[in-house]
Amino acid sequence: MIVRKSDRVLVQGITGKQGTFWTEQMQAYGTTVVGGVNPKKAGQNHCGVPIFATAKEAMANGGFDVSVMFIPPAAAKAAAIDAIEAGAKTVVCLTEHIPSHDVMEMHAAAAEHGTRIIGPNTAGIVTPGEGFVGIMPAFNPRIFQPGRVGVISRSGSLGTLVCLNLVRGGHGQSAFLGIGGDPMIGTTTKDALAALIDDPGTDAIALVGEIGGSMEEEAAELVAKTDKPVVSFIAGRASPPGKKMGHAGAIVTGDRGSYASKRGALERAGAVVVDVPGDLPAALDALMAEAAKRSGAQRLAD
Amino acid sequence: MNFEEHAGKSVLNRAGVSVPQGRLCASAQEAEAAARAIGPVVVKAQVPTGKRGKSGGVKLAATPEEASAAAQAILGMEIGGFPVARVLVEEQAAIAREFYAAVLNDPASRSPLVLFSTEGGMDIEEVAATRPESLRRMAVDIRKGFGPADARRLLLGLDLGEAAVPVAGMLVDLYRVYRLHDAELLEINPLALLANGRVVPLDCKLTVDDSALYRQADIAELGAREPLSALEERGRALDLKYIELEGNVGVLANGAGLTMTTMDVVSHAGGRPSNFLEIGGEAYTKGTEALDLVLSNPGVKSLVVNFCGAFARTDVMAGGVIQAWKTLNPTIPVFFSIHGTGEDEAVRMVREELGIEPYDRMEDAISAAVEAAR
Repeated sequence: MIVRKSDRVLVQGITGKQGTFWTEQMQAYGTTVVGGVNPKKAGQNHCGVPIFATAKEAMANGGFDVSVMFIPPAAAKAAAIDAIEAGAKTVVCLTEHIPSHDVMEMHAAAAEHGTRIIGPNTAGIVTPGEGFVGIMPAFNPRIFQPGRVGVISRSGSLGTLVCLNLVRGGHGQSAFLGIGGDPMIGTTTKDALAALIDDPGTDAIALVGEIGGSMEEEAAELVAKTDKPVVSFIAGRASPPGKKMGHAGAIVTGDRGSYASKRGALERAGAVVVDVPGDLPAALDALMAEAAKRSGAQRLAD
Repeated sequence: MNFEEHAGKSVLNRAGVSVPQGRLCASAQEAEAAARAIGPVVVKAQVPTGKRGKSGGVKLAATPEEASAAAQAILGMEIGGFPVARVLVEEQAAIAREFYAAVLNDPASRSPLVLFSTEGGMDIEEVAATRPESLRRMAVDIRKGFGPADARRLLLGLDLGEAAVPVAGMLVDLYRVYRLHDAELLEINPLALLANGRVVPLDCKLTVDDSALYRQADIAELGAREPLSALEERGRALDLKYIELEGNVGVLANGAGLTMTTMDVVSHAGGRPSNFLEIGGEAYTKGTEALDLVLSNPGVKSLVVNFCGAFARTDVMAGGVIQAWKTLNPTIPVFFSIHGTGEDEAVRMVREELGIEPYDRMEDAISAAVEAAR
């Protein structure tokens, strides 16, 4: 799911205001955009790339790897399934407020075709210096710099803040993986963590969680198994229970999805969980120094 | 959107699932009249939350006089923070056995999940922990659906006797209603086998996906609206997600994650946020309305404006706040932290037009706001 310059990107809904703006941003950054989809404007060009009637048509005419959707909620299911059935490797679904039953149909189709869905309700993914897909300010050098720290976030705004803090603390990013704030998302915290653990360009991981659901608890299993340092901030400690805090997935009901449960699981697994996002870089420095000492000792022992 | 028991049963009934005879009553007199027409009844508080029985919100009544007394006792109670304004007066059923049945959205399998247990009337978490052998679950391919053969497979090996056929039929019906109405949860506990062999829902918990209400208009009017404060109503009318809290530090941020975090840091610094309000997504153009809303809470003693723009442009948001600040001319202090898309322009505008220097670190802006609110 880490975006590479070689990934060919299709933009579904390319002609809309947001589709146009962010396609231009992606292109300026170096992302390889190969086309767009709008059934009403098929055959025309937009942002210097051809517009197709469907994702299937785009696949038949040059092909693509990743589709990113600028599609309103009521039309999102059909667009996602078009891309999935066309053979997309990855579908990045930015749309918020897609009915859950539609989302489940998207996931069933994706599972059948071996497509990875990122989102819904994600702000996208960024590989600093290489490319980005979505609506993240990748082009802002105060926020994104090439580096060795992988960042996972359910929230675009909080993920942006964390990247800003990291860069300020001298840490660039190997990848930013926005996974989305909905209760039912295709690529989970655990999936994203597994990808960063496997990524040779990533030395350490910043896991940005939120109250609601149990994705952080599930990801903790992997934290316990990796040697890569993991630092974390979990949002929502001060949120009242029973209220959805903007994200449909951020709600604490009974004992489920609480801050304490997430923090506890991550800490038991060996992650350092900080109280405020500004403390992330220092926590990372300490953990990375420790890891370097360990591997130095290991080398001497060998 | 949550549906109270009577509303959930009404949705079931409209979809062709038979439910016990009952009447919704708002007074003891109405309850008495209902019992006179129905016979021995159960009087049940109608609130969009669980644990009614444990709170004393469910009473049996053999006569109309008892029904009146039961309604008298229950009406006006508060259960789970909800005042009880209405009771459901429902026929008493001759119950042979009680089961549990539910269909819900399962984030783990990313599909619908059908649950059934022979242990009705208990919390399902308790059943899962203490009698796991009585609990069956089946993840459904939403494109294929859940039919009689699936139901039989789910119930295989459970000692249901004569009830197996009507229970299987009920599960298929419940799945159909769940799909028909974009439910997040449809839970029947207990699902009763009556002495006459029929299987009927004695309770009903229904939650419909808010994102799908646009295509569920025909049942939306039956749902229980979440109780909102006057300010929260105003927020809703403006299409802004505003939650009123009891603190004194006003919070204006963009995006759900950053807004939650701003509240967390306010608490961490020893303060109390007076609201949740995010102006992320398309709402980033509503800075003026948003600020007005935050300042309308009489508890607010200071304000923190925390923007970290990606999609949301900070210069547009800051422009809205500045315009509102000049119009409303509030007397409380405000502390800014602004980063991301449009940052340079936003910082310049705040500096030049309000004469305020934004903080570089969000934590510093928030600490200052917490200090000022003391």
